[in-house]
Amino acid sequence: MRSDILAALNDERAARRAAILVTDIADGAQRLVRESDLAVDPLADVLAKHLASGKSGLVEADGRTLFLTVQVPPVRLVVVGAVHISQAMAPMAAGLDLALTVIDPRTAFATPERFPGIALVAEWPDAALGTTVPVLDRYCALAALTHDPKIDDPALKAALAAECFYVGALGSRKTHAARVARLTEAGFTPAQIGRIHAPIGLPIGAVSPAEIALAVLAEVVACLRRAPRSEVA
Amino acid sequence: MLSTDTDILSAAQSWRRDGRAVALATVIETWGSAPRPVGSHLAVDGDGNFLGSVSGGCVEGAVITEALEVIEAGTPRVLEFGVADETAWRAGLSCGGRIRVFVERVD
Repeated sequence: MRSDILAALNDERAARRAAILVTDIADGAQRLVRESDLAVDPLADVLAKHLASGKSGLVEADGRTLFLTVQVPPVRLVVVGAVHISQAMAPMAAGLDLALTVIDPRTAFATPERFPGIALVAEWPDAALGTTVPVLDRYCALAALTHDPKIDDPALKAALAAECFYVGALGSRKTHAARVARLTEAGFTPAQIGRIHAPIGLPIGAVSPAEIALAVLAEVVACLRRAPRSEVA
Repeated sequence: MLSTDTDILSAAQSWRRDGRAVALATVIETWGSAPRPVGSHLAVDGDGNFLGSVSGGCVEGAVITEALEVIEAGTPRVLEFGVADETAWRAGLSCGGRIRVFVERVD
C-alpha cells in the first residue's frame, strides 16, 4: 500500500466521509474511491452496494479478484426531546450501534436520572448543534420528538441543511401540515421538506413509547441499509 | 468496520511516518466460525511489533513471520489458515474456521 493512499484513507475517516479501498489481491495494485467519486467509478454498482451494507469483502471484476475495504463513518443518532420515547429508545439504539445523543432544553426532562449513561445535552438544539453536539452530517439520523415547534423546528432545519440520511418528526398529519407551512415559509424546498418522515416511524401500529421507539429505529435502519445513500438523499 | 481496526490504520500511518518498515495484514475472506470478521487488520513493523488482530491470537505468529518477509521482498501475498492447512502452517484455527489474509508492505 502506498503511504499516500493510507494517509488519504485515514483523512477520509477523520472527516467522517465514506471511502472504499480497492485492492487487486494478485499484485497489490490499489486505488481509493471516495464516496463523492463513487457514481462515476467503473465499479459504481458493486461499490454502492458494499457502501450501503458497510461490509468489506472480495468481488470479481474483469477476471480480477478485488478486495474492497469499506470504510463508513459510525452512524450517529440525534434525538430532540428527552421524552418517554427517547428513554425507551436509548437501550435499543445501543444494541444497533447507533451513537445516541439526546437534546432537550427543558431541564426537567433532560436529567441524567432519566437517561443514565446517555449523552444528554440540556440546551436548545440550535445552540447545541455544532458546539456541544458535533455538527450534523450525512451519516447522522435526526428524530424530533418534542411536538414543540420552538424546539423541533431548529433541529429539523439543521438536519435538512446537513442532508442527514434520516430526518423524522413526531406529530399528527395536521401537526405536520403546519410544520410544512413553517418550513416552506423559511425557504425550504418541497424536495427538502419531503425528506422528513412524518408521521414518524414505520407503520407497525405502534402504541406504547417503546413500540414507537422501535418503529422509529426500524425506519432509521431502513434508510441506512435499503438503498445507497445517494438515492436516499 | 470496528473502530479498533481503523485505529490500526492510523497507527500504521504514524509508524511509517516515523520511518519504520510496516506491513499491513487484512482478513479478506472467512469460512465457518472465524474469530475476526472480514476487514480486520493487523499492522506489523520491521522489528515484529504488532497491533491489531486477524484471528484473535490463533495465527498471529505465522502472519507476523510472513509480514516480515513481505517487508523484505515488497511483494504482497495471500495467506490461508485453517484446520485443513494445519500441517502445512503448523498454526491452525482451533475453532474450525478458515481465513484468508492479504499481507502488503506500506511503501
